[in-house]
Amino acid sequence: MPESLRQFADTYLMWQEGPMIWISDVLILLTSVGIVATLTYFKKWKWLWREWLTTVDHKKIGIMYLIAALLMMFRGGADGLLMRTQLAAPGMHFLDAEHYDQIFTTHGTIMILFMAMPFIFALFNIVVPLQIGARDVAFPYLNAISFWLFFFGALLFNISFVFGGSPDAGWTSYPPLSELGFDNGPGENFYLLALQISGIGSIATGINFLVTILKMRAPGMTLMKTPLFTWSVLSACIMIIFAFPALTVALALLMLDRIVGTHFFTILQGGNPMMFINLFWIWGHPEVYIVVVPAFGVFSEVVATFARKETFGYTSMVAALLSISVISYFVWAHHFFTMGAGADVNTFFAVATMAVGIPTGVKVFNWLFTMYRGRIRMSLPMLWTIAFVPCFVIGGATGVMLAVAPADYQYHNSYFLIAHFHQVLIGGVVFGMLAGMYYWWPKMFGFKLDERLGRWAFWFFNIGFYVCFMPQYALGFMGMQRRMYTYPADMGWGTLNFVSTIGAYLMGIGFIFIVAQVLYSIKHGERDLTGDPWDGRTLEWSLPSPVPHYNFAVIPTVTDRDMWWVLKEEGRTEELRPKKEDIQPIHMPKNSGRPFLMGVAFFVAGLGFVFNWYVLAVLGLLGVVVTLLRRSFEYDDEYYIQPEEIEHVESALGRL
Amino acid sequence: MAVVENALRDAHGHLSGADLAKPLEYQDPNQSVRILGFWLFLATDMLLFGCLFATYLVLRTHTDGGPTARELFDIPGFTAETFILLTSSFTGGLATLAMRNRNRKQVLAWLTVTILLGLSFVGLEVQEFYKDVLEGATMQRSAFLSAFFTLVGTHGSHVSLGIVWMFSILLQVAKRGLTQVTARKVFIVNLYWHFLDVVWVFIFTVVYLFGVVM
Repeated sequence: MPESLRQFADTYLMWQEGPMIWISDVLILLTSVGIVATLTYFKKWKWLWREWLTTVDHKKIGIMYLIAALLMMFRGGADGLLMRTQLAAPGMHFLDAEHYDQIFTTHGTIMILFMAMPFIFALFNIVVPLQIGARDVAFPYLNAISFWLFFFGALLFNISFVFGGSPDAGWTSYPPLSELGFDNGPGENFYLLALQISGIGSIATGINFLVTILKMRAPGMTLMKTPLFTWSVLSACIMIIFAFPALTVALALLMLDRIVGTHFFTILQGGNPMMFINLFWIWGHPEVYIVVVPAFGVFSEVVATFARKETFGYTSMVAALLSISVISYFVWAHHFFTMGAGADVNTFFAVATMAVGIPTGVKVFNWLFTMYRGRIRMSLPMLWTIAFVPCFVIGGATGVMLAVAPADYQYHNSYFLIAHFHQVLIGGVVFGMLAGMYYWWPKMFGFKLDERLGRWAFWFFNIGFYVCFMPQYALGFMGMQRRMYTYPADMGWGTLNFVSTIGAYLMGIGFIFIVAQVLYSIKHGERDLTGDPWDGRTLEWSLPSPVPHYNFAVIPTVTDRDMWWVLKEEGRTEELRPKKEDIQPIHMPKNSGRPFLMGVAFFVAGLGFVFNWYVLAVLGLLGVVVTLLRRSFEYDDEYYIQPEEIEHVESALGRL
Repeated sequence: MAVVENALRDAHGHLSGADLAKPLEYQDPNQSVRILGFWLFLATDMLLFGCLFATYLVLRTHTDGGPTARELFDIPGFTAETFILLTSSFTGGLATLAMRNRNRKQVLAWLTVTILLGLSFVGLEVQEFYKDVLEGATMQRSAFLSAFFTLVGTHGSHVSLGIVWMFSILLQVAKRGLTQVTARKVFIVNLYWHFLDVVWVFIFTVVYLFGVVM
């Protein structure tokens, strides 16, 4: 018995890996015990189940996405710091090569798929229905399924760290490197299944929000009167719907290669690894626009609100969003200019890549023109937006440098590339999502985040960012390649790497300030009693903060682009307050535990496939089928909120 | 566009009630929104098959000395599969028509016929795969066979899922009759079924016909 126990510990708990794993195991155990004990002590299990795990309310789902995104930012950031520590000086042996491979793989995967994606979905969920005057998304039940698939996908990915071993073939997971013959641990299976499960959720979110925006807008809100954030979500959803199926196929085929023994991407028996690389980037390139375009939407809202001006060039903003979502499909091969596709193909993809700069430039100039002669207030959302502009301009310029196919033979896979994509993804997505978080935080929670701590976070993060990534452009030109776990001293890369590591730690301190800011503000943050703390322009600011679960007691009729602003200018805000005679019963979806259970079933099936435990896999899949069938036979899934209850809530809020 | 979506709500912002001029499944705006959502799902599924077709086209000549398409494909077999599936799509259409004519018995009858045809399609496909495997043409043999079995098998598993789904809707129509909700379900499951038919037309052409001709 002890022998088998030891074998289990060595194989699955990675007991031989040393203190880092032991400490993580203990910390995870302590955290879990702590959570369970707290919930039990405060008798909160029922509350957790009823209010959160079974909710179909888009605002709560958004908050859960936000919490998950911040947690994953911590995990991904810790990975980043480990990497930078390893690279701080030549010849370091803080991590060995295998661990370094695992850490850059999980860093990339987590940051793109389990940090950026839930962060944008958080804002989709929190903002879109409120901005378009809807009571919920088109498919609330499906929305809950999307969240739980994301959640359990992320969980599956993260447990690989302490259970079985992490993936180590890079976030792109190129075969034949990721084929069974070269990578036979369970880590790669974790990667494939976790991405597959959360990817299904992402496709569902794309469909859900596209239908919501097309069909659920308040009367009078024509598409050209729709707020720009909502437009950016529409554009992102189009890309999600068209891009994610390619990822599904790429992952599924690689999975078949690894589990069933097919030969899609092997070197032997006719397989072609380039096919995976094409499929992966047909998803992967649009993916970076999927995460950055909602950030563009945030900037459009923030700039207009804090410059107190109508967005300059609304129509060109919309056109730019839609052209980005189309051009994003004609650029994927720029990820492998050096793989021998030939000059014609490279030229096409180089030109298409540079073309993306045009609509993006249009947007940046529109934001600048909106700010021009505006009465700008430097609140936190605006600060991050302004920091975004120079950052993205540099990132865009280096992107065009990379798009020059012949020159790319020099930069390819070098630190120049690393610096470029961190610049656009941090400068674009992270700055944008933080701006959005600060901007809509009062709407979610009813209080503002503390400005002073937020400014500390801002300066640490921003200065840290430039200190970290500017040296990497130089390192790229000096020949340092990505994914190197160490380097000899005589390459002359030591100083710049050391500076870069300092920058990474400054960013880490910035993140700690954000955490401190949130904790401090829960108690001391300025309460938002008006519902309109920033003097906003769009419909969500006409509602109290936090918003009642039915959103609008009476659905507004929209006549202008910046509806709420126009009403305020004309002193007609009373029009958006409910009147007693207008209140009617509201149709709402019922909570359901099944989306959560379906997530559990997917998790079980995923775990089964990771370790080739097929009994578990089949049980999990059966669970999925059963939850689907139960849903098909469900008819009584909606209820009415009665006018008395609405009147009660609205008068408590002082709106009746 | 704006007219369509605004038509969903009255002055108080409530979704307006049934529009009897429309077909049964579209009368309730709540149900018609779901139909739009399903169309978008079909778009994603189409792209999924598109990627599988692209993979197949890249790998179709990569036989690694194993059986080629021409040696493998059995013309009477895939012709029979094609006829059966196309017919089932037609009977599925008749079920939708009967649904719009509010004829519950006919809906049940045509759904049953569709399911039976679907089952025989799957049966023939399993038989075809079984025969191939016995001849040593397994999906592990070559990249071509990996791509072939995955593309055709994905379609086959879609059909199998469709059969289970259609059966569950048959039970619901039998129990609840034709309401706006069950009508939407009958409509959507048939949409799915027609979509599988369209995919099969491409498989028939790109995989089987090209396979025996080229």
